[in-house]
Amino acid sequence: METIILFAPLVGAILCGFGWKYIGEKPAQILTTALVFLSALLSWVIFLTFDGGTQQIMLFRWVDSGTLGAEWGIRLDRMTAIMLVVVNSVSALVHLYSFGYMAHDENWSEDEPYRARFFAYLSFFTFAMLMLVTSDNLIQMFFGWEGVGVASYLLIGFYWKKQSASAAAMKAFIVNRVGDFGFLLGIAALYFLTDSVRLDEIFAQAPALAEQNITFLWTDWNAANLIGVLLFIGAMGKSAQLFLHTWLPDAMEGPTPVSALIHAATMVTAGVFLVSRMSPLYEVAPEAKLMIVYIGGFTAFFAATVGLVQNDIKRVIAYSTCSQLGYMFVAAGVGVYSVAMFHLFTHAFFKAMLFLGAGSVIHATHHEQDMRNYGGLRKKIPLTFWAMMIGTLAITGVGIPLTHIGFAGFISKDAVIESAYAGGPAIIFWLLVLGALMTSFYSWRLMFMTFYGESRAHGHHNGHGHDDHHHEPHESPRVMLIPLAVLALGAVFAGMLWYGPFFGSGRQVLDWFAGSISMTAMVESHGAEKLVLDAAHYVPKWVKVAPFVAMLLGLGLAWFMYIRRPDLPGKIAAEQKPLYDFLLNKWYFDELYDAIFVRPAKWLGAALWKRGDGNVIDGTINGLAMGIVPFFTRLAGRMQSGYVFHYAFAMVLGIVVLVTWMTLAYSGH
Amino acid sequence: MDNLISIITFTPAIGALILAVFLRGDDAAAQRNAKWLALAATTATFLISIFLIAGFDPADTGFQFTESHDWIMGLKYRVGVDGISILFVMLTTFLMPLTIAACWDVTHRVKEYMIAFLMLETLMIGVFVALDLVLFYLFFEAGLIPMFLIIGIWGGKDRIYASFKFFLYTFLGSVLMLVAMIAMYVDAGTTDIAALLNHNFASETFPVLGIQVVGGMQTLLWLAFFASFAVKMPMWPVHTWLPDAHVQAPTAGSVILAAVLLKMGGYGFLRFSLPMFPVASDLLAPLVFWMSAIAVVYTSLVAIAQSDMKKLIAYSSVAHMGYVTMGIFTANQQGIDGAIFQMISHGFISGALFLCVGVIYDRMHTREIDAYGGLVNRMPAYALVFLFFTMANVGLPGTSGFIGEFLTIMGIFQVNTWVAFFAATGVILSAAYALWLYRRVVWGALIKGSLKTITDMTARERAIFAPLVAMTLLLGVYPSLVTDIIGPSVGALITDYHAAIPADAGTQLASH
Repeated sequence: METIILFAPLVGAILCGFGWKYIGEKPAQILTTALVFLSALLSWVIFLTFDGGTQQIMLFRWVDSGTLGAEWGIRLDRMTAIMLVVVNSVSALVHLYSFGYMAHDENWSEDEPYRARFFAYLSFFTFAMLMLVTSDNLIQMFFGWEGVGVASYLLIGFYWKKQSASAAAMKAFIVNRVGDFGFLLGIAALYFLTDSVRLDEIFAQAPALAEQNITFLWTDWNAANLIGVLLFIGAMGKSAQLFLHTWLPDAMEGPTPVSALIHAATMVTAGVFLVSRMSPLYEVAPEAKLMIVYIGGFTAFFAATVGLVQNDIKRVIAYSTCSQLGYMFVAAGVGVYSVAMFHLFTHAFFKAMLFLGAGSVIHATHHEQDMRNYGGLRKKIPLTFWAMMIGTLAITGVGIPLTHIGFAGFISKDAVIESAYAGGPAIIFWLLVLGALMTSFYSWRLMFMTFYGESRAHGHHNGHGHDDHHHEPHESPRVMLIPLAVLALGAVFAGMLWYGPFFGSGRQVLDWFAGSISMTAMVESHGAEKLVLDAAHYVPKWVKVAPFVAMLLGLGLAWFMYIRRPDLPGKIAAEQKPLYDFLLNKWYFDELYDAIFVRPAKWLGAALWKRGDGNVIDGTINGLAMGIVPFFTRLAGRMQSGYVFHYAFAMVLGIVVLVTWMTLAYSGH
Repeated sequence: MDNLISIITFTPAIGALILAVFLRGDDAAAQRNAKWLALAATTATFLISIFLIAGFDPADTGFQFTESHDWIMGLKYRVGVDGISILFVMLTTFLMPLTIAACWDVTHRVKEYMIAFLMLETLMIGVFVALDLVLFYLFFEAGLIPMFLIIGIWGGKDRIYASFKFFLYTFLGSVLMLVAMIAMYVDAGTTDIAALLNHNFASETFPVLGIQVVGGMQTLLWLAFFASFAVKMPMWPVHTWLPDAHVQAPTAGSVILAAVLLKMGGYGFLRFSLPMFPVASDLLAPLVFWMSAIAVVYTSLVAIAQSDMKKLIAYSSVAHMGYVTMGIFTANQQGIDGAIFQMISHGFISGALFLCVGVIYDRMHTREIDAYGGLVNRMPAYALVFLFFTMANVGLPGTSGFIGEFLTIMGIFQVNTWVAFFAATGVILSAAYALWLYRRVVWGALIKGSLKTITDMTARERAIFAPLVAMTLLLGVYPSLVTDIIGPSVGALITDYHAAIPADAGTQLASH
């Protein structure tokens, strides 16, 4: 059954990608979608019936060199089971949704087939993501890791005619490669010290790693911490954490279903999965964990600040994703991996929903993405409005304080914040609370700008040149609304249903995860040593209420600025221009990187080529040659027939000398 | 079959001879016959070589299928293969029919062109199977002549300059290698490579011209061979002949140059430097590591700056060969396995990339990146193939490019983390130059008027790429096909190597 789950999407991708010419575009789309639905169905069967025992299914040998060995295989444990449901469910719904979303696309002319290609990419992505989450060793995980990278590259660059799309695709791949660079070195260090890349063998040796030192570059490091940091660099790339986050907003160039599947629900959470998967290692690497907490916390804050001022609906959600990933990392970093997975799980539903909802809005408004040109859409696309509303209630964390009743985001985000308070530095806790306030603000700002007020579609053209604005916004077809409805169920109930296994008592959680994560870090709480997870349940009441208050403040502020006094945002932006520009330009990370990496690399490449290769190397060798060649030419007499013969002559001469020498030597014996 | 290796080696030469003697005229029919005959000869060679790999026993780490005959002037003709050399033979015989098929549209002096390629194949196989110093030298040096002619006669406009440069570079190295071979003969009293592998060359420090040479004779011999092989690889900083040679060479010439000829240097290191001069290798490995690390970073950066597609791929080749050289001198299983794997894999991938350039060069007659853009709109199949090999070139897992790079990094990390660090930056830089190339050539809107009528790949072109795609995928998904064959021989090489190094002299401690 696991094998079917894993390979059904691959079969779909191949048949659809190469076979659509023979079976037709529509049947090809149906085929891939059906296969992914099959995978999703089986995943739920496994998720709900799984007893917790780790199973390993070996398919066949892969890398095999000396003691370095790895197989293609499937590791099925609780972590895998969770990820299987997340990946396959969202993927199946996104496939279905894409029937509607991709039915007509003004980027392509009539005779350009693009739908089957899109579906093939989606299914290929699903396969790669499944390879990642089911891997039993780090190399297969790296395969999936890079495989999703390629799928992401292809889908971001799907509209290849647009310069911005192809640039964004390239950027995504290269920035991810920076992370992979760390990942690879991490695997190398692990192999060097443990003599294995298989997860079980590594986990067994994790405690020993904590005692070991390794010389890496200029100095000695604690092995566990070094490896933890290197692997986390990989996670930072894939999960768009601070410093390696720049690709994610640009990735919104891809079609919106892609943003929902890859750049919100699944691929970008691979980093969180990696850290949680490697929890036995991180549990003995306190400094690496601290780094994760800080990076995660600052990403959560940073991305939220940028999200406040973006005008592109997809970019707002993209920064929101970046920020939410930061929350997950904080949870993982303080050692409550179950909560990291919890937020990953619920986030997949409500964020996919928000993106698909945004896609529905974009679809309704004929590919308009600028929120300044929306307004008053509530009555025109009521179903989409309600879907987005549920998503917003979930992400901002609406629920009844001090109970376990609320939308999915309320439960899991509060769990993250409480864990951060219990096990992390105070500043991170406050950054997360502040982040919750901003999350609420930008999410409601999105809602208010899009669905409330007067329509701004006609007056503003802003030189966009969309001449089809006279079309009335229309509700999306049923194939797009059904996925929204299903995801809405998740966004409402996922938190409440699975509160216990992810964030119950330490014993309950560890039992449920059955060894697929390791949580051992203890903190002092109420006079006793407790697991961070348990300590999180005993935080003060004000800590538990804090995110809720932050959410209300954000909502109130957004309401005031965008409903009550819509003139206010413009004024503030004008008054605080430097700050506004700073946020609008994403803290100038792109400009900075361009100045310190991209342009110097190009300059250096050109300089090394012209000066290094040209002047220095060729210059020296030519100079040397000018001395030698005439010498040989004189020696050989004047040859008229060019260098080929010079060369042949020299060689023959050499052989003659050799042969003569040996004949003499032989006769001497 | 006692003479299997000789049959494989000389089948192409016989084909060339038949062409030279029996084929007359230069009309279309004669040209067609020449191509078909060359294709038949190379295909036959490949088919015969399948018997070689089928009959090869990987567990036996000695030479197999050996032949030994008396030859002129007291010299011996000795050939054979072991786990290290056999795959290079297979690579050569596999690629030659594809190469011949790739020059199907040539019309200029077709007969001579085919003869050059057939002779080249014989000489290339000869290098990998020769088990006698003189024979090796003969094949090694003579192989350059057909390549030379291919560039010089069928090449681009600046072919004379390229030939000149090629000549200068290889000449000095060859002379030094020749001197070293004579010295080896004097010292060991034989030119039999199998015997030389068991000979201990002196490694006691002695003075030369007042300089104390650590590692003694081994160091001197090592350096002499190094001069020749480093140019062949090519290693930084003696790589500058390669981009020029590639740019001027016709497509099929580039394919063979990148896919097979470059591998002779790596093979030489594995056959001579490492096993025959272990003390010197150990002593000088850091030099190789740093030259390789510089090669990876330096040439990748230079590749970013290129505006000529072939030059870009040529520089990328130099960077990839950097992994090979550092892998070889790690002297551990992963490093050497990785190096050999990388060479085989690079044979398919770089060959295919040069063919990719050839496909559009044949249509547009320019290699300038700026002359293209938006090809995907009219050439979807080409876009797919080019993307596949671009991804293989950047070492995507699942393709053979990954395995070589990955094993090498695993190997080098055990020996020197700084070098591993720089080698791993290649992961980023290769993505930068390769994807930027792809973006500029294939993606974008098709706006250039000259490209409006460009056509997608023909059935012949697809047929050439199909086996390359298949091999790249197969070796990426199931690399044991290669590592099972090379593993035992590499293992034996490493064991002997470490046994030969005095315990206290070891600068490297390979723990695996």
